[in-house]
Amino acid sequence: MINIEVNKRTIEAKEGETILTALKRAGIIVPTLCHMEDFAPTGACRICVVEVEGRPGLIPSCAYPVEPGMKIQTHSPKVVRARKTIIELLLADHPDDCLYCVRNGNCELQTLAEEHGVRERRYSGGRIFKNVDTSSMSIVRDPDKCILCGRCVRVCEETQGVSALDFINRGSQAIVGTAFNEGLNVSSCINCGQCIMVCPTGALREQSHLKSVIDALNDPNKTVVVQHAPSVSVTVAEEFGMKPGQDFCGVMTAALRALGFDFVFDTSFSADLTIMEEGSELVHRLTNGGVLPMMTSCSPGWVKFVEQFYPEFLPNVSSCKSPQQMMGAVIKSFFAEKKELDPKNIFSVSLMPCTAKKFEAQRPEMEDIEGFPDVDAVLTTRELARLIKLYHLDINALEPDAADNPFGQRSSAGKLFGASGGVMEAAIRSAHFLVTGKEMTDIKVKEIRGFDGIKETSVKIGDLTLNVAAVSGLGNAHKILQAIKKGEKDLHFIEVMSCPGGCINGGGQPLGTDIEAVKERMMALYKIDRDESLQCSHLNPEITRIYEEYLKKPLGEKSHHLLHTEYEKRDSIK
Amino acid sequence: MAQNEFSSIFENYPNASRDSLIPLLQDIQEAQGYLSREAVIAVGEHLSLPASKIYGVATFYNQFSFEPQGKYHIQVCRGTACHVRGSLATLDAVERELGIKAGSTSRDGLFSLEVVACIGACGLAPVISINGEFYAGATGDKIKDIIDIYRRKAAQNESE
Repeated sequence: MINIEVNKRTIEAKEGETILTALKRAGIIVPTLCHMEDFAPTGACRICVVEVEGRPGLIPSCAYPVEPGMKIQTHSPKVVRARKTIIELLLADHPDDCLYCVRNGNCELQTLAEEHGVRERRYSGGRIFKNVDTSSMSIVRDPDKCILCGRCVRVCEETQGVSALDFINRGSQAIVGTAFNEGLNVSSCINCGQCIMVCPTGALREQSHLKSVIDALNDPNKTVVVQHAPSVSVTVAEEFGMKPGQDFCGVMTAALRALGFDFVFDTSFSADLTIMEEGSELVHRLTNGGVLPMMTSCSPGWVKFVEQFYPEFLPNVSSCKSPQQMMGAVIKSFFAEKKELDPKNIFSVSLMPCTAKKFEAQRPEMEDIEGFPDVDAVLTTRELARLIKLYHLDINALEPDAADNPFGQRSSAGKLFGASGGVMEAAIRSAHFLVTGKEMTDIKVKEIRGFDGIKETSVKIGDLTLNVAAVSGLGNAHKILQAIKKGEKDLHFIEVMSCPGGCINGGGQPLGTDIEAVKERMMALYKIDRDESLQCSHLNPEITRIYEEYLKKPLGEKSHHLLHTEYEKRDSIK
Repeated sequence: MAQNEFSSIFENYPNASRDSLIPLLQDIQEAQGYLSREAVIAVGEHLSLPASKIYGVATFYNQFSFEPQGKYHIQVCRGTACHVRGSLATLDAVERELGIKAGSTSRDGLFSLEVVACIGACGLAPVISINGEFYAGATGDKIKDIIDIYRRKAAQNESE
């Protein structure tokens, strides 16, 4: 530990850390724009400058290591003026259409301008007008609003190992874009939306499906059905100013009814269904010499990742559709038959923590024989909050409500799908029963819980030792696939989620959260699993019923048509 | 065919890493006159770097072009001396005469146009260079005559 002086106060700092880190620990806030926690600093934006005695100029605190006896001023007139000028220069070629921007009230640039008292346009640069890229099914890019902080470029490259985006051109012509500056749809983008999560402005946003949902709600001929993903209920409350980690399932269900949805279903039910199919597929592969390790297919970003970068591993990917798509398929078949509804008149909406789900729902593989999509519209957690706000629902006044049958009851294992390792844990619980006919004595698989990017363990199922891994963040998927290629890993089953920590940190979740908030969300899911008694997918009575009444058996003929699919090698600019 | 052309260049860079990126791009531009889409992707595969990164680096430098050059490559000098002597009007005249903007190639593939900072012939200002041949005092009004020389050349070559 060394001592440094900050604003005439002595604080402790660790040798080798940056000024910014030391300041943060001491509770001294310095504004940042390009800075990202746990990433190498780039010092690109210079908002975080501080004055250091004896040093000429101003020092970017995010990139500069502390030195013993350093005397720092974080808010001297010189520093504050420099920061304000930087913001004014960033605004010089900014569209200034805050009132119409998706990030109005939730924009880091807007907040900084407000904090620094920017009240007039002091500089106006020669603006280059750039086209909005709406080519992607998931993500809209508006380069006019980009301030070139590079956070999206880094998350795409370093966290996800995808590198769909980079800086193009130089100087005043510089932009962030794809290879050959083409649409995101032909790039290697996997639609995960992590770029949206780190974007400080409105330069990146989701492709909104709100209009089609509102139109359907107002169409008297449509039966509008909604499903909500496991992680949405533990994050949506944050959009209404509540602290992270609260389960809002009942209130959310009540809100959905108030919005006019005819039926509310829980995607965790179809997560249970996925487990029945995927668990059976795993057992089948293990006992019949199938391709191993089997890899999960719930995360659509990951599926596109394999199609593009590792087509040789496509036979490893489970043939199961994701829970969203399974739910969509049984809504327009089993449920439609039960309620005597024409599938054409059902509008099926899903609430997802994810932008890639929008892409998945529009995949040609996800249409029924007549060409109708299993899922018609996908709303992110953020869009759901916008919808609730649009209708001015007072969420504090809503009485919690339960989801509808037949797809309303779920096990807590299905709920675990929202966190990295959760699909694996649910699968192990049911695979144990499928193989041995007995329940596990201790159902918690703690080795694959938590926030680590790669978690591995071995589980004993009868005479069988199952080697499993749970991976999140596709940069980690690169690592494990490379290790498998080299023959360094002997695994039977791998769960991959595209976003670090899983869906609770998905690209459709509330913005502006830190890692601590994400951990709270994870704990909320674990709490549900701890507190409830129905903890295994195969014990869900509604699952038993849908097999008895309709599907007959896992991997059976009906399941094959409705719940399974296959993927192909995909050409994109890599 | 194009793939083979890259392969022979790649052979000069065994065990290449990202350090070799710019020399590789230069060699390809030298051989092909520009960086094609296929070239950018092939270099990425060879160096295990994403295409977005190759494209990003290549667009940073003015020396790289992404369109094939014309049969006759015109460089218009916009250095200080040429500027004083009216090179803006020269550039304007070339652009109008060919119907293309700087940095692009005419549709018939005959002419491409590049703006350069200074070609070191200030005494001849304003100066343009076509395939290495310099034209002194190339003011706007002289451009049509100069370009016509090359149009005639091209027509002649074709009839031969």
